[in-house]
Amino acid sequence: MESTQQTESKIIELKPFTDEMIVNMGPQHPSTHGVLRLELRLDGEIVREAIPHIGYLHRCFEKHSENLSYPQIIPFTDRMDYVAAMNQNWGFCLAVEKLLEADETKDFEVPERAEYLRVLICELNRIASHLLSFGTYGMDIGAFTPFLYAFRDRERLLLLFEKVCGARLTYNYIRIGGVSEIIPLEPGSIAEQNYLDEIEGFLDYFEPKIDEYNDLLTSNSIFSERTMRVAVMSEEMALSYGATGPNLRGSGVDWDLRRDEPYSIYDRFDYDIPVAKDIPELGAVLGDCWSRYKIRMDEMKESVKIVRQILAEGLPDGPVMADLKAVRPPAGEIYFRSEAPRGELGFYIVSDGTPKPVRVKGRSPCFSALSALQELSRGLMVADIIAIIGSIDIVMGEVDR
Amino acid sequence: MNPEEIYKTLSDKFGGAILGYDTELAGDPNIQIAPTAIADVCQFLAETDTLAFDSLMCLSGVDLGVKEEDLSIVYHLYGMQHRHTVVLKTSVPKTDAHLPTVSHIWKTADWHEREAYDLYGILFEGHTDLRRILLPDDWEGYPLRKDYQEPDFYRGMRVPY
Repeated sequence: MESTQQTESKIIELKPFTDEMIVNMGPQHPSTHGVLRLELRLDGEIVREAIPHIGYLHRCFEKHSENLSYPQIIPFTDRMDYVAAMNQNWGFCLAVEKLLEADETKDFEVPERAEYLRVLICELNRIASHLLSFGTYGMDIGAFTPFLYAFRDRERLLLLFEKVCGARLTYNYIRIGGVSEIIPLEPGSIAEQNYLDEIEGFLDYFEPKIDEYNDLLTSNSIFSERTMRVAVMSEEMALSYGATGPNLRGSGVDWDLRRDEPYSIYDRFDYDIPVAKDIPELGAVLGDCWSRYKIRMDEMKESVKIVRQILAEGLPDGPVMADLKAVRPPAGEIYFRSEAPRGELGFYIVSDGTPKPVRVKGRSPCFSALSALQELSRGLMVADIIAIIGSIDIVMGEVDR
Repeated sequence: MNPEEIYKTLSDKFGGAILGYDTELAGDPNIQIAPTAIADVCQFLAETDTLAFDSLMCLSGVDLGVKEEDLSIVYHLYGMQHRHTVVLKTSVPKTDAHLPTVSHIWKTADWHEREAYDLYGILFEGHTDLRRILLPDDWEGYPLRKDYQEPDFYRGMRVPY
């Protein structure tokens, strides 16, 4: 809008824009999911520009990695996305294993039992991660109840993780060549049976809860009003910004690395990939905040499906760790990506044949998704910023590394 | 298309700017490209229908050692339509590290290039907003270079612990 020109001198010229104001949102703001600072250039309630400033949680993961041996790096990956640390462990181990496999002089294979345990634990971790995302998103928007429900259920999952690796948040469970044996889970033992029964108990309890949460939040009219038709990310925009995972599927791209570039044993299971579409009767538009959020709710059901298939099959016998004397990949480089709860987690590793890598780069899904915030939020209201941040589901530990 | 076919296509199109195709080491093969041509090559890869590399998965700077004179910049590209991947590699001298930006082709390159500038001191010409991203604005030096010496103090705080 341009300021209106009036011919009559006694009418005061209308100036629809007030003076712009710069407001700092964060770094300590509960809705920024960690320590993200946004420099908002505001015109009243309208956001003219939102410039993200990151790096508050930078702990030099890449620099540290250059001075550590490969197995020593795994605990550092825990601290990237601490909400889905199992998946981060796995992503890194997969990259190293891929490089180890390239060495033809050595025969190396991850045991079957370890693969099953990895998928089992990582899918449960995906549920835990999406639960946190769902709970905190509700809280950002103003609904406190879903947060309590989500954390109640996530607690049960954390106890399951604790039983298998001793830690609740930073697991260091998945190792190069298999999984940790710190707490032994003997094949066919009562302990194993009890553990699997406990998981089944959780799934039986949790599956109906997803519908309850959908009633509670997804179809809630206040929540819908705040998230539907807000910050629409088109398919081209999502691809150009490197948005992946639920954010990409929320823009209607049918793409999941578990299915499209199958790694580990994902090709043995039967599950669907939820993809967003326009839902005119509800008012949702493809690529809006609500679509991205809904993908996560649907993905929890799919993870339950995968875990149930593993439980039905039972864990295979055998060792959980490959016979690996030392982790010394051949000279070369690899980029390997896996589907973490927040999208495509890639690790680029350059090795010179020594036990320490020359270069490790973590390609964080949140880093790429967050870079779209500036364009997504232009021209919206301040309150919408909260809705966008929650919907792209960032974890600052992974953005800043 | 596999990387070798892409290499041939690029060689035909750009000739001398495509320096080689490296399959010697373990892992991903990569196509080496002269730094001055990188933006044109990327534009070609993104816009040609048979290639259609619509996403830049990762852009990383690499410093192979103190004795090396060059820094490498590695581009991992993916084409969603044809489901193929390619790795491009280019190197610039450490003393004068600059090359054209690709942030106008893929928007995600904006932040990735800022990160490479922040940690390696690589200047991307034509980048609209090249400033530090992870480190504070007044930090000195580029920490991921192998010859980096960490400062004793930063704003009166001891750095080594």
